[in-house]
Amino acid sequence: MTDATPELAPPGALAASAHQTAGPYWHLVDFPEWADTTRHFAGSLPEGAERITLTGTVTDGTGAPVTDAMIEIWHADPSGHYPEQDGDPAAFQGYGRCATDKQGRFRFVTLKPGPVPVGPHAKGNVMQAPHVALAVFARGLLQHLSTRLYFEGEPLNATDPVLKAVPETRRGTLIAKPAGNGGWNLDLRLQGEGETVWMAV
Amino acid sequence: MSDVVHGYRRPDPATQPPLNSPAYGSTRARHPQQPVLELPHTLTETSSPIFTPARYPETADLTVLENGKGHAMGERIIVGGRVLDEDGRPIRKAMVEVWQANAAGRYNHEGDTHDAPLDPNFRGMGRVFTDDDGWYRYVTIRPGAYPWRNHQNAWRPNHIHYSLFGAGFAQRMITQMYFPGDPLLPLDPIFNTVSDEKARNRLVANFDLELTKPEWALGYRFDIVLRGREATPMEDNHHD
Repeated sequence: MTDATPELAPPGALAASAHQTAGPYWHLVDFPEWADTTRHFAGSLPEGAERITLTGTVTDGTGAPVTDAMIEIWHADPSGHYPEQDGDPAAFQGYGRCATDKQGRFRFVTLKPGPVPVGPHAKGNVMQAPHVALAVFARGLLQHLSTRLYFEGEPLNATDPVLKAVPETRRGTLIAKPAGNGGWNLDLRLQGEGETVWMAV
Repeated sequence: MSDVVHGYRRPDPATQPPLNSPAYGSTRARHPQQPVLELPHTLTETSSPIFTPARYPETADLTVLENGKGHAMGERIIVGGRVLDEDGRPIRKAMVEVWQANAAGRYNHEGDTHDAPLDPNFRGMGRVFTDDDGWYRYVTIRPGAYPWRNHQNAWRPNHIHYSLFGAGFAQRMITQMYFPGDPLLPLDPIFNTVSDEKARNRLVANFDLELTKPEWALGYRFDIVLRGREATPMEDNHHD
């Protein structure tokens, strides 16, 4: 966890390219199988893996379902590890992509992530509760929206540094509830009453 | 105890489009109104999925169907460039996804009802990977302009959508590449959401004679810059 003092770019640095909306026709890069992160691991899931589904409904400021969104997830493996960039490409990766349907719903199949150290050299007890990074792309979103999904009932939720930074009254917008049969549900509200806590990543 | 995290630098807001942009009507009910939480970067933000051509096969020529038959209609072009970070370092093995309308300005998408012909030989989706110097390249046809309902007589300039992954999920980006000299650019509310003129113009590709292949196709150069990492690791002082 770093103090959130932004560091200025050094002289001569390039500027990051501008984001633009994914628009309404991004489904040309929708591959429905990507919504199942376990698809490469039939019969050989990592040890201790718990298969879960992540569902939710995305609504806009008028309460209408957002039916043309692309949702992406990124999370650690069941033991809390992320792959190294030059590591084994066959290792489990908690990356998925899913289109919302005509009711604004998304559904991922994945493995429940373990607790994640804050940094690569964590020696102490600064662990993050199991969580899933969520990114929402859509028409009308000039940059994607980012947030996190946490799991209700996790003991580490009480000490998670990100959750603790969220006002208690809004924390519930980040915490998925069990939906039976290994399912977890978290609805996402882009704007208005019950608006999700969105994060500047 | 301290955790050392090399986070990513925060962008200059003028170089990025605001989420609330009234000229682009679709932002109205979709932009957050509550305060946004500044998320300090952790391993979740500084790690990224690994994409390989073995699992995510390349489509570097959008003008030909997989069976080698059927050639897309329109002006064939070559698009290439480098993917770098803000420190000028190449992003290696980055997956670059592109999608676009056909030459007539119609997407191969059920939601596109524009009265322009579909091209049975043009799907409009490509996927390539950068090499060790950050270079990518693909062949396509120049997309047509198309109308949209944002305002009276609204037309999108020619553009190709880009989706990129870097080495950290904080570098994730979707953007659009535009074409030089397009008369629709000054009129387009999406392009003009970027207030900094230089940043806006970096979304416009350059005609490139070196990428141009004699007797075959014009070349366009489009470089993309992903966020750079903080130069100094930040010490965390959590003791709880």
